[in-house]
Amino acid sequence: MTDTVATAPDMDTRKTGRLALLSEFWSYFSENRGAVVGLWFFVFICLIAIFAGVIAPHSPTEQFRDALLVPPVWQEGGSWDYILGTDPVGRDMLSRLIYGSRFSLFIGIIVVSLALAVGIAVGLFAGFMGGRADTIIMRIMDIILSFPSLLLALALVAILGPSLINAMIAIAIVQQPHYVRLTRAAVLTERSKDYVTAAKVAGVRPLRLMFHTILPNCLAPLIVQAALSFSTAILDAAALGFLGMGAQPPTPEWGTMLAEAREFILRAWWVVTLPGIAILMTVLAINLMGDGLRDALDPKLRRT
Amino acid sequence: MFFYFLRRFGVLVPTFFGVTIASFAFIRLLPGDPVLLMAGERGLTPERHAELLKQFGFDRPLWQQYLDYFFGIFQGDLGNSLVTKKPVLEEFFTLFPATLELSLCAIVFAMVFGITAGVVAAVKRGSWFDQSIMGTALVGYSMPIFWWGLLLIILFSGILKWTPVSGRISLIYFFPQVTGFMLIDSLLSGQKGAFTSAVSHLILPTIVLGTIPLAVIARQTRSAMLEVLGEDYVRTARAKGLAPSRVVGLHALRNALIPVITTIGLQVGVLLGGAILTETIFSWPGVGKWMVDSIFRRDYPSVQGGLLLIAVIVMIVNLIVDLLYGLVNPKIRHTGG
Amino acid sequence: MRSTKLFLSAFVVSTMITAGANATTFVYCSEGSPEGFDSALYTAGTTFDASSRNIYNRLVEFEPGTTKIIPGLAESWSVSDDGLEYTFNLREGVKFHTTDYFTPSRTLNADDVVFSFKRQLDKEHPWHQYTAGTAWEYFNGMSMPDLLKDVVKVNDNTVKFVLNRQEAPMIANLGMDFASILSKEYADQLEAAGNKEDLNQKPVGTGPFKFQDYQKDAVIRYQAHEPYWRGKAAIDNLIFAITPDASVRHQRLAAGECQLNPYPNPADLDAIRADANLKLPEQEGLNVGYLAYNTQLAPFDNPKVRKALNMAINKQAILDAVFQGAGKAAKNPIPPTIWSYNDAITDDPYDPAAAKKMLADEGVTGLKMKIWAMPVQRPYNPNARRMAELIQADFKEVGVDVEIVSYEWGEYLKRSREVERDGAVLLGWTGDNGDPDNFLAVLLGCDAVGGSNRAQWCNDEFEALIQKAKVVSDPAERTKLYEEAQEVFKREAPWATIAHSVVFKAMNNNVEGFKIDPFGGHAFYGVDLKQ
Repeated sequence: MTDTVATAPDMDTRKTGRLALLSEFWSYFSENRGAVVGLWFFVFICLIAIFAGVIAPHSPTEQFRDALLVPPVWQEGGSWDYILGTDPVGRDMLSRLIYGSRFSLFIGIIVVSLALAVGIAVGLFAGFMGGRADTIIMRIMDIILSFPSLLLALALVAILGPSLINAMIAIAIVQQPHYVRLTRAAVLTERSKDYVTAAKVAGVRPLRLMFHTILPNCLAPLIVQAALSFSTAILDAAALGFLGMGAQPPTPEWGTMLAEAREFILRAWWVVTLPGIAILMTVLAINLMGDGLRDALDPKLRRT
Repeated sequence: MFFYFLRRFGVLVPTFFGVTIASFAFIRLLPGDPVLLMAGERGLTPERHAELLKQFGFDRPLWQQYLDYFFGIFQGDLGNSLVTKKPVLEEFFTLFPATLELSLCAIVFAMVFGITAGVVAAVKRGSWFDQSIMGTALVGYSMPIFWWGLLLIILFSGILKWTPVSGRISLIYFFPQVTGFMLIDSLLSGQKGAFTSAVSHLILPTIVLGTIPLAVIARQTRSAMLEVLGEDYVRTARAKGLAPSRVVGLHALRNALIPVITTIGLQVGVLLGGAILTETIFSWPGVGKWMVDSIFRRDYPSVQGGLLLIAVIVMIVNLIVDLLYGLVNPKIRHTGG
Repeated sequence: MRSTKLFLSAFVVSTMITAGANATTFVYCSEGSPEGFDSALYTAGTTFDASSRNIYNRLVEFEPGTTKIIPGLAESWSVSDDGLEYTFNLREGVKFHTTDYFTPSRTLNADDVVFSFKRQLDKEHPWHQYTAGTAWEYFNGMSMPDLLKDVVKVNDNTVKFVLNRQEAPMIANLGMDFASILSKEYADQLEAAGNKEDLNQKPVGTGPFKFQDYQKDAVIRYQAHEPYWRGKAAIDNLIFAITPDASVRHQRLAAGECQLNPYPNPADLDAIRADANLKLPEQEGLNVGYLAYNTQLAPFDNPKVRKALNMAINKQAILDAVFQGAGKAAKNPIPPTIWSYNDAITDDPYDPAAAKKMLADEGVTGLKMKIWAMPVQRPYNPNARRMAELIQADFKEVGVDVEIVSYEWGEYLKRSREVERDGAVLLGWTGDNGDPDNFLAVLLGCDAVGGSNRAQWCNDEFEALIQKAKVVSDPAERTKLYEEAQEVFKREAPWATIAHSVVFKAMNNNVEGFKIDPFGGHAFYGVDLKQ
């Protein structure tokens, strides 16, 4: 009966309020030209990933035994059959790169959702409970943060066994503390504010209070962090793949492709260079977007 | 201040315990049996296997192994490497100077170029210059550094032949390792050309390891500068007719540097992580590569000792950064932490 | 105190290097760090290169570039009629290295030999556990504790080895790295000083090079041992530049930073051939890479099924894509550099159509199987994963569905031993002593089922042949027995023999006298640099 008072304003104003917020957000976001470029490029990569099966000229794992290490089309010896050349076992580079986008996006999405979901839950819990539970949780986060993240991820993958899934789990664990800390800090500041006290007094149950009242008010930094860790996840997964601890061949994951092709660095530049460019471009696009998000969501920075 | 220090330190103690447990547990959870790895294709009889497990102490209950390990730490005993049979502590500290030297060079490189770029970008805000610097910084920030290192090797060592391919110094130089820092040792040796050789070996790894910190510092400096430049006292100084360079140099930069220094402190973890990749690419004999090798070889004592030591280093650096920050910003001391 | 001494001596040496303009310095781009310098403690070739192959000698040695035994520290030896006692007469006047940390007062004698073996054999020996985790892996791996009853000093220059049973490959075993002879006088000195561990860190031997300095993971330095009993080495200073990354090794070689790259990347071979300053001798390695079926599980218990699958494998494609030309197709389970290699045998042809028909004739349709791919790179298989993918594609052609599985290396080795194992295993073997017994009995003998016999294959006819060859000492007769055994192997096809690696050594044109060691070692005695 009473819980509608504080949390559910009239539906109509809520809707228009949201629309207004969204258009305000977009106007700030689109002010940043880089962010818009990043967004378009990201959409482009998403489309490639979704329609990989249609766009890719070949299967990413089919080996053309008579076409090992064919150079890209513009180079002498290249052929239109393999626009970006082939790798040491005769697989089409372009197709592998196209399919690789799926893995990179997949890695980003899984890692971010895992880290976000668990991190928010744990952070809310710690911030809300306080006391001993809070201390223990925060100490565990301190312990995780005491190890360089790549080293920790490497050790975790070594334990879990080298595979793409395990690499994603390891990276999500490593990124956990950032979300926990952010959420907890936000909870601590919000908790003392009037509207929360009001809701509490009104008898709103803690769980509802956490998710319905407090969480929406600390979303902005979480979204920015999510964008950041999306790109970090892709980079870390590629690094793990490069060290032989990420996706396993013949998966066309970009980092793994780089590691596999490393011995050909002098003989066939394309097998080494192209996956690297793919990683760089994707990460760059996401970071551009992340910057735009931060500018649009963070009112403090907006003024400067 | 003293109490602040105590409190910060007090937080570290349980974290340290946690780290010892974590580093110990990690390695026990690793699948794979180091004894089997040692035997390779040849294999060994079950009796011999049991005998070796006993010899290494792997047959005892976990808690006993942990207690031995824990009390060993305080006597400076982290066990012996399964591969080289040498004490882990000794192994770590013979290699650590190489990592430290590389990391210091990388951070200095990142600071010099990062702060300069950040300041210039802030002062010429919105200009073509600002945009291209910040664009470049974002590219650097997005860089897969293992790939970046390979590209630099192809270009500068392979094609242009300007820099040596790998290692810390040209092999014709042979002198004792007094400090473990090649730059200092080569100067101490007094041998002609040794220092130049050490420097030329450092250039590419420094760039590779320093790229991401450089980008972070440049971005941080720029936004910190922008904030300070907008504040009243700077405007006043400007209005008073102080030369722009003085305003920027003296007043603004000094204040803007506080958050930047924190950022630099926080890059230590990033640097040690990056060292793993950089050292692998450049055959740099440091702890990062050693850790990776040890993980692959299932060298239990080395991995657990290495993880612990690296975590302790990160903790200490973070403590120092916190204290410094507390020193310059008294507000922090009184809020929770 | 100790460090100042080290400092000074190192300084003196360093000035000597720069001063002696005529001194020949040879830089070897080694592929990894040695685990230590007491070769009996380890099994890795990298460690042997840095220790036994250049610092130490053995009683008998392999003639450089061959698997033939020649006298080493023993001038001659004799075997008792029952084949259980081997008596060695030691060479006189052999000098140990004089270094900053040790000055020998006497030449080699029987005590040194007895010490070098008894420390490995005798569990009560004061040096049996001299450093943490001492395991004498190779000594144990070659079953020496079962084989060897005792090592006895007869007089200062005579040593007797007493065996528990006859073993024809015994002499070859004594040419192996774990059988290197160390100085007992040095060990006594270390024991008195209380730093036994130095035996493994600061080695003293009788070999052509003496140890000078090691910077972990970076550089090892050696100097020629002037009074070496075979005559001083042509190289004055030997440097191991530790360079684990293959492409970096190549670049260092091309840049003249080192003179020899022991393991060039297959991808770089063309570039090396094209470089006028470099040369690239090659030889088959002492190894074999194979795919072992589990011959105890249906349908792989049927030799015809195994044969059919063997015929479905396109070895040439594997040689191209996996070995990049650095491999030779294998038809026998032993490599061609080993004596008794049966060259008369013809390999199974690559014929998918015939293979498919054979499978159908045996009533095998819709077969699904697993192929195990090793997670590590080995000389006999530079990329098991890629090899498995190729075989997967080949088998698909004949209607066999393959799932590729892999485990962490230790786990892989363990699980692949199990008799009940599901799937065919990619694995291989590198020879230890150049004796066929070291391949055929170890990998295919009945005793090794559930162990290193990954095919779990026990064939009476084959077993009788190799058991007989073990106790016969006439080389001609042994050769005949082993040749016959290879015929049985080919007929029964417990493995698909895939390839022997071809070893390439990339080196500067001015390197002279380097012989490729069939055992995969790198010894620099006899090597010189042309001016």
